[in-house]
Amino acid sequence: MTTETTSTRRLRVHRFKRGDDAPHVEEFDVPMGEDATVLEALRWIQLHGDPSLGLRHSCFHASCGTCGVRVNGRERLACVTKIADFSGTITVDPIANLPVLLDVVVDMATFFAHYPDPHPIVRESGFLPEAAVADDLDGHERYEDCIECGLCLSACPVAATDDSYVGPAALAYAQRLLEEPRDGVDRNALLDWADQDAGAWRCHAAFECTEACPSDVRPAQRIMSLRKELRHRRSEQGREVPEQAAGEEAT
Amino acid sequence: MSGGVDTAPHVLIVGGGGTGGALAHDLTLRGVRVTLVERGEFTSGTTGRHHGLLHSGARYAVNDEESAIECIEENMLLRRIAPGSFEENDGLFVGITDEDMAYLPSFLEGCERTGIPTQVLEPAEALRLEPNLNPDLKVAVRVPDATMDAMRMPLRFFATARANGADLLNWVDVLDLDLGGGVVSGAHVRDLITGKQTRIGADIVVNATGPWSEQVARMAGVDVPIRPSPGVMLAVRGRLTNMVINRLHASGDGDIIVPQRALSVIGTSSWVVSDPDDLGVPADHVQRMVDEGSILVPAVREAPSRSAWSAARPLIGSRDDADSGRELSRTFKTIDHAVDDRVEGFVTITGGKGTTLRGMAEVCADAVCRKLGIDTPCATRQTVLLPHTAAYAA
Repeated sequence: MTTETTSTRRLRVHRFKRGDDAPHVEEFDVPMGEDATVLEALRWIQLHGDPSLGLRHSCFHASCGTCGVRVNGRERLACVTKIADFSGTITVDPIANLPVLLDVVVDMATFFAHYPDPHPIVRESGFLPEAAVADDLDGHERYEDCIECGLCLSACPVAATDDSYVGPAALAYAQRLLEEPRDGVDRNALLDWADQDAGAWRCHAAFECTEACPSDVRPAQRIMSLRKELRHRRSEQGREVPEQAAGEEAT
Repeated sequence: MSGGVDTAPHVLIVGGGGTGGALAHDLTLRGVRVTLVERGEFTSGTTGRHHGLLHSGARYAVNDEESAIECIEENMLLRRIAPGSFEENDGLFVGITDEDMAYLPSFLEGCERTGIPTQVLEPAEALRLEPNLNPDLKVAVRVPDATMDAMRMPLRFFATARANGADLLNWVDVLDLDLGGGVVSGAHVRDLITGKQTRIGADIVVNATGPWSEQVARMAGVDVPIRPSPGVMLAVRGRLTNMVINRLHASGDGDIIVPQRALSVIGTSSWVVSDPDDLGVPADHVQRMVDEGSILVPAVREAPSRSAWSAARPLIGSRDDADSGRELSRTFKTIDHAVDDRVEGFVTITGGKGTTLRGMAEVCADAVCRKLGIDTPCATRQTVLLPHTAAYAA
């Protein structure tokens, strides 16, 4: 993160423009300080290597979720991933399971198309529970943990083979709405939405999403908790649990 | 992308930050045909990188009355048109030293004069609300600051503009402006997705590129008095407070902590650069965030770092002004280059800050509409914005 250059590292970057027959890899040698992040290295390439490199970024502190990529095959936010954590050449690919628009940029419209409506992003704070709340405030609020980066979807082995699956981010989001209901949220409609083949039952409990999440959302645990609720509802309705999850114990 | 049978006047906005998005929204509501081009992701310049403070205006109440009034008006208005987009926790201005206490009377007077509500809290009450504050505080003043998501709140303007018919194109880089006979009539652009170059014609081109506005203005042969003034911010893990915490003094480094999600963001410093693309993050500035921030909230010193970064403010002033950038006004300016430079069809909107994006857009859209002979009034004060996710609609 300092401006001082201490070494040069080679980056292998996934390149793709519409009309290309296939993506290709391009290598860049990037002079970097010891605290440099993958995002800073990619920005250096834009400024000094190739200004046409497509790259999403916004906040630079793991809060907007735009700079998700795969670094040496693993899902990472480029802005908080240090070059120094890797040895040798560093490979940067777009996240998986979403259409690639350009280089390492994916189309987020596909990601959000899987979300249930509505889309509240503010929740009860829950921090410093010992703190008092000022008289004229109802309570302290904060943003949801999920930064909608898509890393969980990229890491999900089910999403890799089935693009109808709504995916861990959308399911974890639904679970948060059930856990802490907000105005305008129809609990039954949300449970109906989750209770579909392409919904909570489609998860294979690989827990790769929780492993990939940079924001402590723990999507896999939320999907399991959602299933528990769905199982309970189905049993009250006298319906069976879908085959793929029938053997599973409630967690 | 250009031409067509539509007879509505066409405005091309260069720059997809908060100002460009809010301007696209405003002009679209007034019936103008809008195309916006942005070379990267929306809000990838200064907008998305700011500390995420919805200003009450109190920071400016003593020295920059105009900015303070703009802030408190827009603060209240944005909560109405973008409900659900803020952590509405208020803020505290915390006085710790005798010097801070000496600032208190002029601070309260400035807030009163500019219409910013305040509530003076005894140390014990402030510590009851925020147990992690420096226990040696002498006073705290509560003001209506809030936390905004520096990307998702502005994205709601893009979302609404797009739904109303604006053509918002990211991954499109402006190579040059089309200047002939003293008139700007469009831009030559390159679509990064296809690699193709094309021309977009327009009745008016608006330069909404913040700290880059000098570079874009140069394409029209005119000068814009902008000084890219970066500041360093540091995000630490842990939500150390629920409210926004400011130091009660005249503006200085490391004097604000903005809680956001499970992070606390400490800002900021100020210097001046010539290239807003190449900022760097000076290590001594990061250390200053820790040192100054821990005076407000001692737990800052032990909190693990999440990220440190820089963002360039687009401050108005010439390069001859003082070199820290602190002395420049934080208000904004719309420049009609027909008046200032005898170049027709070209307008620059710059300066300002995240909190005032809507107000900046209104003033700029008024100027653009006057030039186009459109007298439809601004409708953004009463138009509730779509959710941020609609900005991504295919």
